[in-house]
Amino acid sequence: MLSLSKWRIFFVILVCLSGIYFLYPNFFNKTEVTALPNYLSQKQVNLGLDLQGGSHLLLEVDTNSVLKEKSEFLVDDIRSALRKEKIKYSNLGSKLSGAVVTITDKKKIDLARRSIRENIEKGILINTEQNKLNLSFSDEYIVDSNIKTVDQSIEVVRKRVDESGTKEPVIQKQGERRIIVQLPGIKDPGRIRSLIGRTAKLNFHLLDPTTVELAQQRGKLPPGTFRVSNADPTAYEKEFLVKKRIMLTGDNLVNAAATVDPQTGKYVVAFEFDRKGGKKFAKITTENVYQRLAILLDNKVISAPQIREPITGGQGNISGNFSPETANDLAVLLRAGSLPAPIEVLEERTVGPSLGLDSIEAGKKALVVGFVLIIVFMVIRYRIFGLIADFAIIFNIILLVSLLSLIEATLTMPGIAGIVLTVGMAVDANVLVFERIKEELRSGRSIMNSIDLGYKFALKTILDANFTTLIAALLLYNYGSGPIKGFAVTLSVGIITSMFTALILTKLIVSLWVVKLKPSRLFLN
Amino acid sequence: MRIINFYKYRITAFIFSFFLILFSIFLFIKDNLNLGIDFKGGILIEANFTTPPNLSNLREKLTGVSTGNVEIQEFGSPENILIRIEKNSEKKEEQTALINNIKNELPSEIDYRRIEFVGPKVGKELQIMGIKAVLFSLIAMFSYIWFRFSGWQFGLGALVALFHDVLSTIGFFSLTQIEFNLASIAAILTIAGYSINDTVVVFDRIRENLAKKESPFSELLNLSINQTLSRTLMTSLTTLLALLALYIFGGEVVRGFVSAMMWGVLVGTYSSIFIASPLIALLGFKIIKQDQ
Repeated sequence: MLSLSKWRIFFVILVCLSGIYFLYPNFFNKTEVTALPNYLSQKQVNLGLDLQGGSHLLLEVDTNSVLKEKSEFLVDDIRSALRKEKIKYSNLGSKLSGAVVTITDKKKIDLARRSIRENIEKGILINTEQNKLNLSFSDEYIVDSNIKTVDQSIEVVRKRVDESGTKEPVIQKQGERRIIVQLPGIKDPGRIRSLIGRTAKLNFHLLDPTTVELAQQRGKLPPGTFRVSNADPTAYEKEFLVKKRIMLTGDNLVNAAATVDPQTGKYVVAFEFDRKGGKKFAKITTENVYQRLAILLDNKVISAPQIREPITGGQGNISGNFSPETANDLAVLLRAGSLPAPIEVLEERTVGPSLGLDSIEAGKKALVVGFVLIIVFMVIRYRIFGLIADFAIIFNIILLVSLLSLIEATLTMPGIAGIVLTVGMAVDANVLVFERIKEELRSGRSIMNSIDLGYKFALKTILDANFTTLIAALLLYNYGSGPIKGFAVTLSVGIITSMFTALILTKLIVSLWVVKLKPSRLFLN
Repeated sequence: MRIINFYKYRITAFIFSFFLILFSIFLFIKDNLNLGIDFKGGILIEANFTTPPNLSNLREKLTGVSTGNVEIQEFGSPENILIRIEKNSEKKEEQTALINNIKNELPSEIDYRRIEFVGPKVGKELQIMGIKAVLFSLIAMFSYIWFRFSGWQFGLGALVALFHDVLSTIGFFSLTQIEFNLASIAAILTIAGYSINDTVVVFDRIRENLAKKESPFSELLNLSINQTLSRTLMTSLTTLLALLALYIFGGEVVRGFVSAMMWGVLVGTYSSIFIASPLIALLGFKIIKQDQ
């Protein structure tokens, strides 16, 4: 029987009203919405980067480089352990994640093993094969190291993005080694990409007095040096010979800023060391007056000034061929610290503000036109029932958008397409019911009976049919990325709201109409 | 009610569909899909010029800059140009440099509406993801139908119709050379959902009629198709109306997606009427009288 219980009416009205309640904040912009009184919801649908403009970056951290570095440190640890015990060894070297060493005197292998054990971190496994010791990182150790590397990288990336003045950035870990960076509304994605992607390892080395040309004539480099190219390829000195020993690193920096050197009028980056770094810097500059100090950023020389006098204040300047932007970028990099491992940009998607605005306009227009077409079509075909269905479509959109606001979903252009498509497909449930009612009427049943049976028979079909679409939408959500996820969300939420409006809302309205007005005919055709 | 004898046309429909699928596979092998940078990796730039540029000049200029294959086309209007560059180098520094080089070649007052870069690694991953998403959803839908309707003939009938729609949509992409990207995967899955939806409605009616009528199975199939016909057409029409609005007003970005969807709705409607249901009879479904 048609049920018109007060509870049912109350429930339907409650759902519809809460739909309007949660839809309402979307009519305001971000600043207006925070000014809304407390009793109103402030949750809105977020606009995806493809609609508001902005940049999406997918980064991958090269965690293996850290393991390789650690393997090299391990070699140092082994060497010092064996030297302390005066054990002879050969073939000491690093592997991809670990190290190997051969102990010359086989009897001392246990002693060697013990002294190495004391000198290295836990989580490193030592295997003995005859007189060879094979050290490797345990799986746990590798996982821990990788997690640390990625977490540190995220921290550094976040600092850099914050320093660059981007508003509301999203920086998240994805999977084991990847980082997603979303930067709404940025204007120059190329610059920020180079800001994020740089490792920014700052090292201070002494320059070897030998010139590169001289070394080339001799046919070999002086011992303990290596060749480094100039960061500025247009400079007079293309390459330098640098002593291998790292005198000081950027880890000891506490501050950096771009300023103008009053003497030359050029942009420089002023930096400041912490206490420990300041002391070291003073010692280096005292002991090596008149030598040249090379400042290396990511293994390229950015500056190689001569030390004219000891610098004891713990402060210094880097003068390169800087523009205001590059000086500022370097200062940001130095302040934020270096990345523990190189980062690769795997994917970048940037949408300019004009395309975003156009897409929103296009989406709105398509939605309104599609909506009007379907509304008119339904009235032509089903008359009063069409009007009721139209009412259901309107509430379907209201409920859909309000649910999206409630979960603060991100609306993308494919998402808008999903809404328009939902309007078209949501009608399906209504159509199934109406056609069924028509059929029951034709087979000679009473109006009441036909309506009752129409909803009853259509219910099963609607559930079956919508369930399959829901499967597609959920899988799309699971495997899709970014904008496609937005499509999957609007499609699935749309399916759920359309079942409510088609099965419960319209049934109530139809029942009220039939019970109160007692029409003699349901369809006019 | 006037009853149209759809069942009579089953052989014609089967032959037609057989050639449709064959043609789709042929097109796919011959022309392949026009894979976008999502799957192939590369660079895509949508640039809005102040005046319509000369495309062949532009092509010449940019081919000098890049090592990869450069594609240039109008996008929506003569001022709006889409530049696609296939990436064949794996070196990461080169991409940033390449984007900058391209920008240097173009006039400075251009509005860059979109700049996308997808590395080869991600491209491959997205390919695998796309294939997985389509396969898993086909399997999931098939299992659901099999479970919901007793009789494997229903499941297989729906599955064949589904493959029919998906394959011919791939043929549609090959024929039109519309860019095949992530949105296309979304289109295929939505088409699959829509096609199954249509099929389920007819199957539901077959099941209902099976329970109460005693007539030859072919007659029963035909009756069921006819009973659900006006609903099938109505829903296709409203969905097409929504898609039409999207096609005309939704902008260039979604147009490829929308045209594939339109094709899918048409072919999905056709297959649920002419393929899925007659197939159940062909597969040898017999009415088993239950003695209860």
